[in-house]
Amino acid sequence: MTTVAVKPATMAQALTRALRDAMAADPAVHVMGEDVGTLGGVFRVTDGLAKEFGEDRCTDTPLAEAGILGTAVGMAMYGLRPVVEMQFDAFAYPAFEQLVSHVARMRNRTRGAMPLPITVRVPYGGGIGGVEHHSDSSEAYYMATPGLHVVTPATVADAYGLLRAAIASDDPVVFLEPKRLYWSKDAWNPEEPQTVEPIGRAVVRRRGRSATLITYGPSVPVCLEAAEAARAEGWDLEVVDLRSLVPFDDETVTASVRRTGRAVVVHEAGGFGGPGGEIAARVTERCFHHLEAPVLRVAGFDVPYPPPMLERHHLPGVDRILDAVGRLQWEAES
Amino acid sequence: MTVMEQRGAYRPTPPPAWQPRTDPAPLLPDARPHRVLGTEAAAGADPALLRRLYAELVRGRRYNAQATALTRQGRLAVYPSSTGQEACEIAAALALQERDWLFPSYRDTLAAVARGVDPVEALTLLRGDWHTGYDPYEHRVAPLCTPLATQLPHAVGLAHAARLKGDDVVALALVGDGGTSEGDFHEALNFAAVWQAPVVFLVQNNGFAISVPLDRQTAAPSLAHKAVGYGMPGRLVDGNDALAVHEVLGEALAHARAGGGPTLVEAVTYRIDAHTNADDATRYRDDDEVEAWRAHDPIALVERELTARGLLDEDAIRAVREDAEAMAADLRERMNQDPALDPMDLFTHVYAEPTPQLAEQCDQLRAELDAEAEAEAEGAGR
Repeated sequence: MTTVAVKPATMAQALTRALRDAMAADPAVHVMGEDVGTLGGVFRVTDGLAKEFGEDRCTDTPLAEAGILGTAVGMAMYGLRPVVEMQFDAFAYPAFEQLVSHVARMRNRTRGAMPLPITVRVPYGGGIGGVEHHSDSSEAYYMATPGLHVVTPATVADAYGLLRAAIASDDPVVFLEPKRLYWSKDAWNPEEPQTVEPIGRAVVRRRGRSATLITYGPSVPVCLEAAEAARAEGWDLEVVDLRSLVPFDDETVTASVRRTGRAVVVHEAGGFGGPGGEIAARVTERCFHHLEAPVLRVAGFDVPYPPPMLERHHLPGVDRILDAVGRLQWEAES
Repeated sequence: MTVMEQRGAYRPTPPPAWQPRTDPAPLLPDARPHRVLGTEAAAGADPALLRRLYAELVRGRRYNAQATALTRQGRLAVYPSSTGQEACEIAAALALQERDWLFPSYRDTLAAVARGVDPVEALTLLRGDWHTGYDPYEHRVAPLCTPLATQLPHAVGLAHAARLKGDDVVALALVGDGGTSEGDFHEALNFAAVWQAPVVFLVQNNGFAISVPLDRQTAAPSLAHKAVGYGMPGRLVDGNDALAVHEVLGEALAHARAGGGPTLVEAVTYRIDAHTNADDATRYRDDDEVEAWRAHDPIALVERELTARGLLDEDAIRAVREDAEAMAADLRERMNQDPALDPMDLFTHVYAEPTPQLAEQCDQLRAELDAEAEAEAEGAGR
């Protein structure tokens, strides 16, 4: 018996595959953005799409993010399913007005007559040595905007499955792609039939009994690493990968924290006004009598994203996570 | 060949070989706004079109007056009147084909109504019982847009999508002089020109962005001149001359329909009323200026032409006015009824399916409403 060795694919390749499969399945799917055509995108996520589907389906737009998203709104009004690429997190800000005032509201404004099935792909987060304006974690802005779904994968398989779901969704989805995981590989097999993952469901990445790490996107692998390291301290940590920030899966998170009795929220975005505050409040409201300690947050500092030579001091790492776990009032147990 | 390839390639070349991509001269607007009414050219105008324009202009002005009156009665939260600009509003609606799309701003209720939107549904936004009161697909009128110029890229995208699908559809986007300072104006025009999208931009230059006059808004020779920078033709037209606006828009729409790409049309007009009923225009302009514009009234211009050609007698004028009065009476009557409100609508169309979080909030509001109803019932029973 011989085993066929499957070359592991990266998250970027899984995203490309998701775009290609979506375009092949539905002629209404159009990819548009800066450098997405001939070049295949600065992260090569749209590699080969213009060649395979033509420039009218995968279009290099003028360099103007409000214009890209604004024209995508018009295209969606006419029945297309635009998938917009914002080149970097911080370059998506010019499109913010279109996103907040139109993309997020058009269905509501028109009593459901004019839904906008637009996917906005945003490479986000740090850890790749990017210079200023290339490493922001802007998810809190999007989370605070009713009408948007906010989704972020942490595994190669989810990158495929969640992007397919985002494109298929009749609601606008901000699809946050963790830049530093673009080149990550895991057990995802592109040769196998692919599954579309539901939006709005978290998954438990690691089972544990001592405490729950609630996290998403680029911080998921860091939390899994921290959970391994925690074994030496005698802690058996559970890791919940949220995958979807909006809608939020209270059910999975609540079930986990009620089981473990302790929770730490981990993300790169700044802590003040960040997603962790909302998550900690939700957990506290639902699990108060199960909690052995206050819900803690490990977040980026509340500073403008640091220059690359200092970013390691900013990003939540294993030590900072373990330090937070250590502050979960274990003394009460002994 | 894809739509994207139709424009032709441009590659940078070092200095000796450099030349502009296209000759800018044909894109330049005329030195003065194009006029038809009151000139010899008006003699060739179709009597049916003139009569139609006249009737719609009179209706439009009556609509503005009625809506403004409704603000005083508390039936509308606010109304931005387009009195003085009716020629632009009506000509825009009439220049479009049935299958085309109109992208109005918040001051363009008249254009939406002239295109067929129900007069009451067109006021939903300003009445405040919902945001958009009509189905945009019914008459192909996008929602009245409040954030300035943000509707322009929508028009470009829709026109582009229609062309990709091979549909004979042109989009007409309306914006004011203040809106031309917005970034979305620039981006929309640039995208439209690069994509050669079948879209026409109509700027109603009414002299003021609320209180700020045009000279604080731009240093361009005219707003129509801005077209040249994008590589599209700019047209300058007398915005109070309904026939001229109809003609210029008709040409621009036909040009777009034929694959010639976008046009920027600047219509020079004047806002006779204040910005809205909540504004005090005496703080920033003199009555003399308003009176000078009243002498160049869009309705009077058409009426003069029709009368001079013997196409309009007293009976016809009376019939047009009676029609406008009937419209106003219907509007008044329907607007004086309280709109039906359902608080649960807050949650119905945020997403295709409410999120679990919204479902919880929905339950909360329902419980509050039930408690209110119960308290009322108890009060009534006492």
